[in-house]
Amino acid sequence: MSRRPYVREVSKSRWFLGQPRYLRYMARELTCVFIGAYSVLLLVALKRLSEGREAYEAFLQALASPAGIVFQAVTLAFALYHTVTWFNVTPKAMPIQIGEAFVPGGVIIGAHYAGWAAVTVLVLVLAEAL
Amino acid sequence: MGERPVELEILRYNPETDREPRFQRYSVGCREEWVVLDALNHIKETVDPTLSYRWSCHMAVCGSCGMMINGEPKLACKSFLRDYVGVIRVEPLAYFPIERDLVTVIDDFMDKLARVKPYLIPKREQPVSDGEYRQTPAELKKFKQYTLCINCMLCYAACPQYGLIPKYIGPAAIALAHRYNQDSRDGGRDQRQEEIAATEGVWDCSFVGACSEVCPEHVDPAGALQQVKIASTVDWYREHLMPWKKK
Ligand code: FES
Repeated sequence: MSRRPYVREVSKSRWFLGQPRYLRYMARELTCVFIGAYSVLLLVALKRLSEGREAYEAFLQALASPAGIVFQAVTLAFALYHTVTWFNVTPKAMPIQIGEAFVPGGVIIGAHYAGWAAVTVLVLVLAEAL
Repeated sequence: MGERPVELEILRYNPETDREPRFQRYSVGCREEWVVLDALNHIKETVDPTLSYRWSCHMAVCGSCGMMINGEPKLACKSFLRDYVGVIRVEPLAYFPIERDLVTVIDDFMDKLARVKPYLIPKREQPVSDGEYRQTPAELKKFKQYTLCINCMLCYAACPQYGLIPKYIGPAAIALAHRYNQDSRDGGRDQRQEEIAATEGVWDCSFVGACSEVCPEHVDPAGALQQVKIASTVDWYREHLMPWKKK
C-alpha cells in the first residue's frame, strides 16, 4: 500500500469567503482602518487648531458637510462594532478567579462598558468646563 | 422508532487510484436517533466496505472522529442526523493532508504537541517517600477546563491561521501548554515558553476565536492563547524595563 497524502490548497486571498465566522472576523479586522482614519482626523484637527481660528472653523465646516457627516457616521458604526466585539472577548483574555470560582464573564464585560461610560462622561464634563 | 432516507455526500480519496478527491453520494435509510458516525458505519457495513474513517469511542471522548460536516469541524459521533436538512456533506478535517477518504495525516499535530511538553515538569523533584504533590481545589480549578481537551483537532480545522501558516503551533497544543503552566505543581514554563512564546507560537494567533466556537469540550483554546500572549508580554517588559528583577 502506497502513501500519497493529498494536500488541499488554501487560497491566500479568498480563504474567508463563504464562511460567516471568518467574515465576521474580517469585519472586525477592517474596523481598525476606520479607527486609524479617525485618529488621523483628530491629528488634523489639532494642526488646524494650531493654525488659528479661521483654519479651525473651516475644518469644522468641512466636518459638517455631507461627506464629513457620512464619514463620521460610518466610522462611528465601525468603532461600535470594534468596541462591542472586543469587549465581548475580554473575559477570555482576562479571567479573574476569586477563591475557587471565576468571576462571570458578564461582570468583566460589564466593567468595560462601565469604564467606557465613565470616560465618556469625564470627557463631556471637561468639554463643558473648558 | 422511525427510519428515514438520508443522503450523504462524502469526499473520497484513494491514494492508489485517484489523482484527487471526489464526492460520492450515498442514500441510506437512517434511524431518527442516529449521529453521522452511525450513518457512516451503516454505509460501510451495508453499501461500501471501502469507505475509510477514524472512530473509536462513539461518545465524544477519544477525539478520533473529527470531520467537516457541512463545512463545520464536528465530531461525527456528536452530530445528530436530525439536526441537518437536505444532503449532508462530509469531508476530512480541513487543513490536514488527506491520507484516504475521511482519514487525515495528523503527524504535524502530534509533533507540535510533543514540542510543547504537555506533561508535569515538577518544580522540584521529591522522593516518593515525601508523599504526593498537593494542590487546593482553587489551584485545580485554575486549569481544569484545559484538561478536558480530547485532541480531536477540530480547533485546527477551524483556524484559518493554521491553514495559512502551517508552522503555527496552533490552538490545542498551546492550550495544553497553558494547562501545565497554570498548574501549581509545575515548574516547566520556561521550557515551554521557547516554543509557545515564539512567532510560530501565540503570535501567529490573530484571535479569530473559531477554535473556541467549535471545541466540543468547551476548552476555550482562544482564551488560553490570549492569556499566554499577556503573560509573555509581561515577561518582555519585566526583562527589558526591570532587568534587576529576576524571575
Ligand atoms: S468516536 Fe470518539 S470522539 Fe467520536
